[in-house]
Amino acid sequence: MTGAQIVIDALQKEGVDVIFGFPGGAILDVFDVLDRSPIKFILVRHEQGAAHAADGYARATGKVGVCMATSGPGATNLVTGIATAYMDSVPIVAFTGQVPTGMIGNDAFQEVAIVNITQSITKHNFLVKDVRDLPRIIKEAFYIARTGRPGPVLIDLPKDVQKSTLSDYKYPESVEIRSYKPIYDGHPLMIKKAIAAIERSERPVIYAGGGIIVSNASKELRELAERCDIPVTTTLLGLGAFPETHPLSLKMLGMHGTQYANFAINEADLLIAIGARFDDRVTGKISEFAPNAKDIIHIDIDPSAISKNVKVSIPVVGDCKRTLQKILKNIKPLKHTAWVERCKEWKKQYPLKFKDDDILRPQYVIEQVYKLTKGEAIIVTEVGQHQMWAAHYYNYTKPRTFLSSGGLGTMGYGFPAAIGAQAAFPDKMVIDIAGDGSIQMNIQELATVSSYNLPVKIVVINNHYLGMVRQWQELFYGRNYAYTCLRRRADCPPFCQGSRPECPEFIPDFVKLAEAYGVVGLRAMRKEEVVPALQKAFETPKPALVDCWVYEEENVFPMIPAGASIKQMIGGMA
Amino acid sequence: MQHIISVLVENRFGVLARIAGLFSSRGFNIDSLAVSETQDPTMSRINLIVSGDDHIIEQVNKQLNKLIDVIKVQDLTREPHIERELVLVKINCLPKNRAEIIQIVNIFDAKVVDFSKKSITVEIIGTEEKLNSFFELMKVFGIREISRTGRIALPRGD
Ligand SMILES: Cc1ncc(C[n+]2csc(CCOP(=O)(O)OP(=O)(O)O)c2C)c(N)n1
Ligand SMILES: [Mg+2]
Repeated sequence: MTGAQIVIDALQKEGVDVIFGFPGGAILDVFDVLDRSPIKFILVRHEQGAAHAADGYARATGKVGVCMATSGPGATNLVTGIATAYMDSVPIVAFTGQVPTGMIGNDAFQEVAIVNITQSITKHNFLVKDVRDLPRIIKEAFYIARTGRPGPVLIDLPKDVQKSTLSDYKYPESVEIRSYKPIYDGHPLMIKKAIAAIERSERPVIYAGGGIIVSNASKELRELAERCDIPVTTTLLGLGAFPETHPLSLKMLGMHGTQYANFAINEADLLIAIGARFDDRVTGKISEFAPNAKDIIHIDIDPSAISKNVKVSIPVVGDCKRTLQKILKNIKPLKHTAWVERCKEWKKQYPLKFKDDDILRPQYVIEQVYKLTKGEAIIVTEVGQHQMWAAHYYNYTKPRTFLSSGGLGTMGYGFPAAIGAQAAFPDKMVIDIAGDGSIQMNIQELATVSSYNLPVKIVVINNHYLGMVRQWQELFYGRNYAYTCLRRRADCPPFCQGSRPECPEFIPDFVKLAEAYGVVGLRAMRKEEVVPALQKAFETPKPALVDCWVYEEENVFPMIPAGASIKQMIGGMA
Repeated sequence: MQHIISVLVENRFGVLARIAGLFSSRGFNIDSLAVSETQDPTMSRINLIVSGDDHIIEQVNKQLNKLIDVIKVQDLTREPHIERELVLVKINCLPKNRAEIIQIVNIFDAKVVDFSKKSITVEIIGTEEKLNSFFELMKVFGIREISRTGRIALPRGD
């Protein structure tokens, strides 16, 4: 068998049913075999789209996503997607073509050292120098990508390795990597300590992250919260880990978290962090984060995440699901009536809210998406204000139904990731909540959804601005809207502080653009147009884009400015 | 504080680059680094000297452990260990100073490995402290060049 045949055979043995990619000279041999295999291939229009699609597929299914590109520019185009997956611990395997081994290092045509380039943004990567290593490397790559703290793995495949043959090919049945042994079972003593801390706490809060979703521990999380009467807040990546419609849910915490979640963290005497990493967007000023917590329990599979940012008193290195199961085996039912009441009071007093007037507000659009889909859709987002509104005004009740670039904050993630999710679940409603800026970063994928008839719905929250950056300019830069207006032209006045009637038209016309690609294009300019447009888009079996022209200078509140503490929280009402 | 960290890694191409890359991308400082094969040719030992407070050293340890090619990380500073470094030092040496230099060399258990009209090259093995006092004494004559292996170490006993 040739190297190329081995790749395709190995992928089938790994259960891969779809690959996202883009061809080129250095990966042609693999494509030639792929074309004759039962694996489905989705041709994206830019390799960044392929990496994000593999990521979206992985987040939506929990399986490893696969993308493939040629050497040089094909490989470098994957980089943003790989980094995005790395920051959010998403298992993908990326294959890149490479110049023949004999030419490596010669600055050959379309040669880049992609293994070096991706060293700090992959969990691991391989340059295959000998076809005899190929079966083992593919086996290891999938194993490394999906186990422990998952992450992207890249395999660089020189052209001659794809062509060379291996007579005694056999795909390995098992993996043994002496230097890689993830710890799944938390230390019994630490688990005991954790149980004791929970049992003596008066004001406990669970702070749950993406790790709950990665380890499929939502059921256990809910059981712990209910049995011990503990309010739960989640990170952005943890949305869906705990039903937001549940009375114990405090929704999201952090910079744009709910006031009640942040109040609860502030007063908690015990913080139970599970599968979360105390990111700066969550903690704000570290020294004032959870100031009343006598203990912090931190359950995480990655030892390096523990005590990295916040000193933790009870570290439990282990898989979230298994650790929670062990805790549940021994923990008594508890009641924290007064504390839970206090949290409920905050929820009532400081709800997420926006002005309900005649103006088309961005939050209203999200609310309608929630109502029309009954919360049953897979929501994917780009990055910006719309991402935060999508987090606030839609209630996530199931894991793997909210896909968003949290760690890297990659504009352009959402649409291709939605393609990946839709490819995994052809019959589910998959909606990309997009910003008018972000959507343009991978707009070319309209061709992909159109040609494969992937019925992804794009809801553009069109504020004519790079809104999140504009918000920072409004709040912290004296309202100087430098380079954030997407309508701006050469003849606009120098210091712009907001739109005026004589402002130029918005470019592009998203409706026409969608139509040009054979995608249904709809527009809502007024509040009453939103529901009919969304309904039409959701009903058509085709991909559709709804361009919603929302109030331009809406801000995302509440907000704790970067590096600040809860005392500096700005506003509840947008 | 300086720590000496011994890292057992897969003896594979690119592993050193991963370790060096980890240090530069995470902003850790390496004071010295020495790499070589071990008794098992599939493994290499990397001796790292790193400075930082406990928090940084803990992160260095954890991040090293996270690399797939890393088999074992040991902070030898925390246990009894033997530490050595070999240095080649080329010293200005006029005929009138020769005797004095050789005397010092002998006292330090060092060895003269090369001689010329104007210089002498000495091989010296020892701990950081011993090496520093040797350099101090040689400064009077003028040190022309130094080449060091970097500190290497092994834990004491079994
Ligand atoms: C690739 C990339 N470049 C720049 C940024 C910085 N950034 C964060 S949010 C944002 C504005 C996004 O604008 P839009 O997509 O219109 O969303 P909005 O905030 O208006 O809802 C920018 C530029 C980023 N996150 N990603
Ligand atoms: Mg915008």
